[in-house]
Amino acid sequence: MLLLLGTTALFAPMLAPRDPLSQNLDQDLIAYSREHPLGTDKLGRDLLSRIIYGGRVSLLVGMATVTLSLTIGVAIGSFSGYFGGLVDQMLMRLVDILMAFPGILLAIAFTAVLGPGLDHVIVALCLIGWTGYARLVRGEILSLRERDFIHAARALGGRPKRIILRHLLPNLLPPLLIQATFGLAAAVVAEGSLSFLGLGVEPPTPSWGSMLNDGRQFLLVAPHLTTYPGLALMITVLALNLVGDALQERLNGRNR
Amino acid sequence: MKRYVLYRLLFLLPTLLGALTLVFLLIHLIPGDPVDVMLGETAATADKEALRESLGLNRPLSVQYRTFMFDLAAGDLGRSLYERASVTEIVRARFPATLELALCAMIAAITISFPLAVLAAVRRGSWIDRSALTFSLFGLSMPNFWLGPLLMIIFSIQLGWTPVSGRGGFGHLVLPAFTLGLGMSAILIRILRASLLRAMNEEYVQTARAKGLSEQRVWLKHTLRNALLSVITIMSLQFGSLLTGSLITETIFSWPGIGRLTVQAIQTRDYPLVQGCVLVIAVSYILVNFLTDLAYRLVDPRITYGE
Repeated sequence: MLLLLGTTALFAPMLAPRDPLSQNLDQDLIAYSREHPLGTDKLGRDLLSRIIYGGRVSLLVGMATVTLSLTIGVAIGSFSGYFGGLVDQMLMRLVDILMAFPGILLAIAFTAVLGPGLDHVIVALCLIGWTGYARLVRGEILSLRERDFIHAARALGGRPKRIILRHLLPNLLPPLLIQATFGLAAAVVAEGSLSFLGLGVEPPTPSWGSMLNDGRQFLLVAPHLTTYPGLALMITVLALNLVGDALQERLNGRNR
Repeated sequence: MKRYVLYRLLFLLPTLLGALTLVFLLIHLIPGDPVDVMLGETAATADKEALRESLGLNRPLSVQYRTFMFDLAAGDLGRSLYERASVTEIVRARFPATLELALCAMIAAITISFPLAVLAAVRRGSWIDRSALTFSLFGLSMPNFWLGPLLMIIFSIQLGWTPVSGRGGFGHLVLPAFTLGLGMSAILIRILRASLLRAMNEEYVQTARAKGLSEQRVWLKHTLRNALLSVITIMSLQFGSLLTGSLITETIFSWPGIGRLTVQAIQTRDYPLVQGCVLVIAVSYILVNFLTDLAYRLVDPRITYGE
């Protein structure tokens, strides 16, 4: 499912039957036609094409957010966990402050002041996204750094950077992979939420969230504008959650 | 218990201070001149100067911060640009509606999740267990900004069973509470089921069975009670998600709470009101977490500092 979604997003220009921005006011709010199998929106734009391109935006934001958050979180968490001391305490207090804000409230507040836009969305989501990875990495490193193989690496003259990169981080790959998969699902939903509130990608760029928001005013006459983008979003998040669950079972060896 | 409360307070105060500082800095993140963004570049110079003066933007940052903190201590969250009224009064008027919705969503989540989780744990591996986990997976994957309109199409528009929007009696609450609570119920099913299965393998449960207690008594008196501890933590963390989720749910159903107020404030660029709303939501979340820590200690007296 995920491969299909990824492939669709990657090859959107080849797979989308029409230009997602092309308007035809004579054919607005159609539920179905041969030319438009999923219908059209208020400006006569093909819904199927907009859903395909919208998936691109969602997955792009998700991947960018996870990549940046992971990089920042791993760097800060490694430094904090390995060296400890005052810097560790200060960094973890910063994490506590950022995590004191529920869900994506901070991301909403930041995009509200910075203004809508793809880059602002990614920055706002990364602002809160890195804290989970930092906490995870710090916790794991705190328990691993006193192990014999780390003491041996130190005794052999290994420098902190080498010990972190060669010995500690490889042991963290399984939990990081699991967290990143669930993080990608959360980022896709977060981007959808921000776009729904008008804080995400700017029109006319298609985004599932903004399509759902636009569709709200036509619930009576054109429910397809809400149904199909929402279904696409749900399937994507479901696929990511299934992959995350499978990874968790496989890598942690837990029974469901 | 007193020392535990003091210990937790020590952690609470810097977190609260940090969160308030971050909220204070929000307006200063606005690119360019915040006054131009709020009033528009074509606004009269006198109006811009008056706004700059009222927001204190013409003073040094440290002075602004000190004034912000003193005003906060006095309960003054500033004045709304759009409504031309005290932010404190506006938020105070709207908060009960959000609290009502959040509590009903929590009740809905508990009502759905607890029986399903218990059944899934008791009948592990059966179709009931698989159905509960599938329901949980779908609940987690379904964003509330899709679920809400979908429920509206089916129950309000097609069937006419519930009102489309607004705040009123029970009928008005059903769809928004279910929309907001579904995500939480999905998580609770998983957590409670896992906790129950873990508790089932504990020695005290084996002992209870060996003593000849009925399965019902074993489950209800011993297993469920101990499994609830982790659920309390999750419910508290999820309360924050309910507050954030209310921004979208209240917008969909035109529910007159603080969530919808925040969205309207963002759309009208009423940043003092945005600041006030974000502050109230964040402080509520921090305080709920603090109270959960205390409740944790009451439920399990074995918990001491550092746990």
